[in-house]
Amino acid sequence: MSVKRLRGLLLFPPALMLSGCNLVLLHPAGDVARQQSDLMIASVILMCLIIVPVLIATAVIAWRYRAANKNAEYDPEWDHSTQLELVVWAAPLLIIIVLGAMTWIGTHQLDPYRSLTRIEAGQPVPADVKPLEVEVVSLNWKWLFFYPQYGIATVNELAAPVNTPIHFKLTSTETMNAFFVPSLAGMIYTMPGMETVLNAVINKPGDFDGFSSNYSGHGFTDMRFRFHGLSPQDFSRWVAGVRADGSDLDTAVFDRLNQPSRAEPVHHYARFDADLFHRILNQCVDPGQMCMDKMMAIDAGGHAARGNSTEDAMSGAPSMTAPAHDAATH
Amino acid sequence: MNTIAVNTAHSEPRDFLCLEETHPHNGTLLGFWLYLMSDCFIFAALFACNAVLGTSYAGGPSAHDLFDLPGLALNTALLLVSSVTFGFAMLEMARQRKRAMLGWLAVSGLLAACFVGLEIHEFMTMIAAGAGPGRSAFLSSFFTLVGTHGLHVTVGVIWLVVLMVQLGKHGFTEANRRRLMCLSMFWHFLDLVWVGVFSYVYLVGVLR
Amino acid sequence: MPDRPAIWNFLLGRLSLSSLPLDNMIVIWTFVGVALGGAVVLGAITYYRQWGYLWNEWFTSVDHKKLGVMYMVLGTVMLLRGFADALLMRSQQAVAFGSNMGYLPPHHYDQIFSAHGAIMIFFVAMPYIAGFMNFVMPLQIGARDVAFPFLNNFSFWLTVSGVVLFMTSLFVGDFSHAGWLGMPPVSELRQSPGPGVDYYIWGLQLSGLGTLLTGINFVVTVLKMRAPGMTLMKMPMFTWTTLCTSGLIVVTFPILTATLFLLSLDRYIGTHFFTTGFGGNVMMYVNLIWVWGHPEVYILILPMFGLYSEIVPTFSGKRLFGYSSMVYATASIMLLSYLVWLHHFFTMGSGADVNSFFALTTMMISIPTGVKIFNWLFTMYRGRVHFTVPMLWTMGFLITFPIGGMTGVMLAVAPADFLLHNSLFLVAHFHNVIIGGVVFGVFAGINYWFPKAFGFKLDEFWGKLSFWFWQIGFWVAFSPLYVLGLMGVTRRLSHFTDPSLQIWFIIAAFGAFLILLGILSFVMQIYVSIRRRDELAVGNDPWGARTLEWSTSSPPPPYNFAFIPRVHDRDAWTDMKKHGYQRPLEGFNDIHMPKNSGAGVLLAALGTIFGFAMVWYIWWLAAVSFVALIACAIAHTFNYDRDTHISAQEVARFEQHTGNWEPKAQGATA
Repeated sequence: MSVKRLRGLLLFPPALMLSGCNLVLLHPAGDVARQQSDLMIASVILMCLIIVPVLIATAVIAWRYRAANKNAEYDPEWDHSTQLELVVWAAPLLIIIVLGAMTWIGTHQLDPYRSLTRIEAGQPVPADVKPLEVEVVSLNWKWLFFYPQYGIATVNELAAPVNTPIHFKLTSTETMNAFFVPSLAGMIYTMPGMETVLNAVINKPGDFDGFSSNYSGHGFTDMRFRFHGLSPQDFSRWVAGVRADGSDLDTAVFDRLNQPSRAEPVHHYARFDADLFHRILNQCVDPGQMCMDKMMAIDAGGHAARGNSTEDAMSGAPSMTAPAHDAATH
Repeated sequence: MNTIAVNTAHSEPRDFLCLEETHPHNGTLLGFWLYLMSDCFIFAALFACNAVLGTSYAGGPSAHDLFDLPGLALNTALLLVSSVTFGFAMLEMARQRKRAMLGWLAVSGLLAACFVGLEIHEFMTMIAAGAGPGRSAFLSSFFTLVGTHGLHVTVGVIWLVVLMVQLGKHGFTEANRRRLMCLSMFWHFLDLVWVGVFSYVYLVGVLR
Repeated sequence: MPDRPAIWNFLLGRLSLSSLPLDNMIVIWTFVGVALGGAVVLGAITYYRQWGYLWNEWFTSVDHKKLGVMYMVLGTVMLLRGFADALLMRSQQAVAFGSNMGYLPPHHYDQIFSAHGAIMIFFVAMPYIAGFMNFVMPLQIGARDVAFPFLNNFSFWLTVSGVVLFMTSLFVGDFSHAGWLGMPPVSELRQSPGPGVDYYIWGLQLSGLGTLLTGINFVVTVLKMRAPGMTLMKMPMFTWTTLCTSGLIVVTFPILTATLFLLSLDRYIGTHFFTTGFGGNVMMYVNLIWVWGHPEVYILILPMFGLYSEIVPTFSGKRLFGYSSMVYATASIMLLSYLVWLHHFFTMGSGADVNSFFALTTMMISIPTGVKIFNWLFTMYRGRVHFTVPMLWTMGFLITFPIGGMTGVMLAVAPADFLLHNSLFLVAHFHNVIIGGVVFGVFAGINYWFPKAFGFKLDEFWGKLSFWFWQIGFWVAFSPLYVLGLMGVTRRLSHFTDPSLQIWFIIAAFGAFLILLGILSFVMQIYVSIRRRDELAVGNDPWGARTLEWSTSSPPPPYNFAFIPRVHDRDAWTDMKKHGYQRPLEGFNDIHMPKNSGAGVLLAALGTIFGFAMVWYIWWLAAVSFVALIACAIAHTFNYDRDTHISAQEVARFEQHTGNWEPKAQGATA
């Protein structure tokens, strides 16, 4: 049975209706999402090996041993069979062993922190390609994207050249959100004071949906953006366009942006402080606030360092902003 | 009463009923022990928070700056000794000597009350010095864990007083003995938790 | 605090006229409806002079059977409330497309989905399982009551306290908009300054304490009060699952209490556990709440597995296949359920090793669950399957639940979860297992044990109608959500822009409407059955069942068993029947029973007042009610006179009347 037909069987409503809608998770345009989707479909096929027979057996047994059928065998004392019990433990166990192995490998290969090794199936990342760096901030309730390599920033609009690895660094100002472009790759949380990472690539040009997939308050519904997969030429043109019509993103503008708002229109910025993302991440955009990495460096210095001047303690410790990676594994 | 087990063609007659009234085992001690285990999970959650937040001083004072270990040694001694004196009270209960038992209970209660008093004093000093529970996550978890333990000890003292009144009024009835055994478990359990608090929150806290 | 003279702020805290949602027509009409309905019920009780009866025979009762019935009533009432929320959401999502913003603004919609989730879990599913465990388990183990009968009454009223606070939030102030788990930072003071999250916290703290006490009570009951001869491996499956679920409650509910306690400290005294800044760590809340939250779903499903394990053998006329497999499967589910919580947030960036570990433990749970499904099938195999209403619900479960299990394992595949997390696919999955597993089980159980509780069967026609509406309605309502999930649509959205999605939401809303018909049919079923109770009257063992609860009268006498049974076989009652057992009609003893007590109602009422005062910052009232609570609890311990006796004559009178009673021929259909 082909994967496509199986899908039709599994999605219970009539296949006719399905053909009319866009099941983006089953044929995404980005390689990472593609692999995740393949794993999902493989797991369904694997489980159907046991679920389908069980469902059929349920129907058959229920019909055959209905009370009205006096021809069927009736053995009220039969309650144990070592062979059968071995089978009922072993069958799901085997499936889970296979699925578990696939999951273990897949989880490691598709770890969002791991740099991409391939653009597409059979096409490794060329050695000379530098990933596109994007720094993502979720605000109440809009998305801010920095392109440090190009010196531009946008609100609620994201673009990337096709077949180029994208390296996202993500954080949030206040609430917890999840950055999700279903066509591109699986979601990842954005959390205040913490940095998460996502590696992805888009393989087809197009205009895709992006949004927050983790509830974050009243404006959450409208926290959407467009993601443009562009050819390299189009991408250069897009960058030039943002540069041309972009304004300044200084602290005052950022503070305004940080006020809660719903359905924020697209903004383009061509100038901002190089360390703005770092200051957002460390919760010290306002000059009066101490950056979290400094604070954590002081804290990590412990009592030995605290006896000395703060200066020493800070210079001795590297940037200590906790990646969610470490903190979550405590 | 011989109509109960009726023989049939199947097999030997079976005795299906208990014709005498039986009294099932009293489950109070097991139930109370289960409660203590559930309480253990509350403390486990609070300890886990302390493990995560124990060095999040937010630029504020650290464990080393705040904790007064000699004072703490006194506090610990008070609580541990109260556990011993409670043990003496239980021994007196076994010997059915009410006055001696009430005496030992009173001593245990007093020691625990002193412990709570010292702890409140410690908290007040810290808060006065600007190191209250809102100063940093570390202090939040410290105050919550130690305060929760202190609250338990306070409840224990109130319970002890109530039970002393009841023992005084009714003596060693079965219910009272059972209650005293429960309180005894509670008392030793709090001691155990304190050993954890003392060694993990205070000693490890100062070292890290 | 509102702007008014200080004395008012002292007296009323932050409560003021503006706390009443007078601008919201939906709430006003709901209030009018609830007030009218309530007035009718209260008026009827007063008119028929039933208050004394209710108070003496029910509210203050320590009888596990009556508490069980009250839990079921509570669960059903709250099912109507929770389902009303579901209808509101489904209809909002069906219409809110493009320029149409629907009729629920986000701040209202957000409260509705939060309330729907919290109510369905805490005040529908939990009361239902507590009701079953209360009613059935002591009868199954041949006990006269639970280990701590007064505590049992207190637990029930604490649950009611939580319900009262949740329902109050509908009309006074608002409810939490932070989702059913109250996730910070949304639930922190900064983003939820209103009383909503506080209602949530105190409602759950009170009812959570009640649940914990229930758990302790039942573990002790099962371990200490089994009839002679009933070894652990001779316990009925439902008793086994009660034991495992109660054990899980004892080790998980304290975590919920602690977590909500920390959140309330953040909100009330300004600590920094889950705040942004000052070293707070929001991920800690997510971890802690799911350390409770995941075992919680097994707390719900395990008793249902036990219940199916009673129903399938009964209606197959056959012993349960693979009993020891079932016991080990239950125990391993219980243990594993504690090791999987992180699968709720694979996407938080925990790293591949951690994610893989939790993915594997999650998948492992499907092994014992699969074993159970096989064992039920093999129980039917070589049996004589009677498709009564309880068995129909069980068949519905056997068909529906494996699909939910499969989508669950899909979600456990960590990389796939990166796509499916928070999607409508996930929503469809957990409704698939909770409706297909728990709700179907609840209805199977109600239909199965109703004749035991009341002495007459439930009407079959309306029961079957209810089943088919639920079964079809479930698939019509949730298949579209599976599809939408695969289209990349996520949960908790109150408005959509893509018009191609609308048709799916309309289908889903239609499914919800079918489920509504299912619920109404169930209400109708109860009503019709009560009207026709004389025709539907049955004897003590209408189904030809196998466990001890069927050996006593229907309804059972207050003392359950005139003589405590002795157990020789797993299917103790089948064993007794096989040996021609007849109930004795003489030679009874005086029976020792616990006395009723109003202390539980009083304590829980004080707890409710305390919770309300804390929600509205009415500090004086909080202090007074708290002190009163402690004082009453202490005063209660001075009451040593807690027992009563049922005389042998009384027992004889009852037994001779009902012992081997069978209904007249026309009503008796087994």
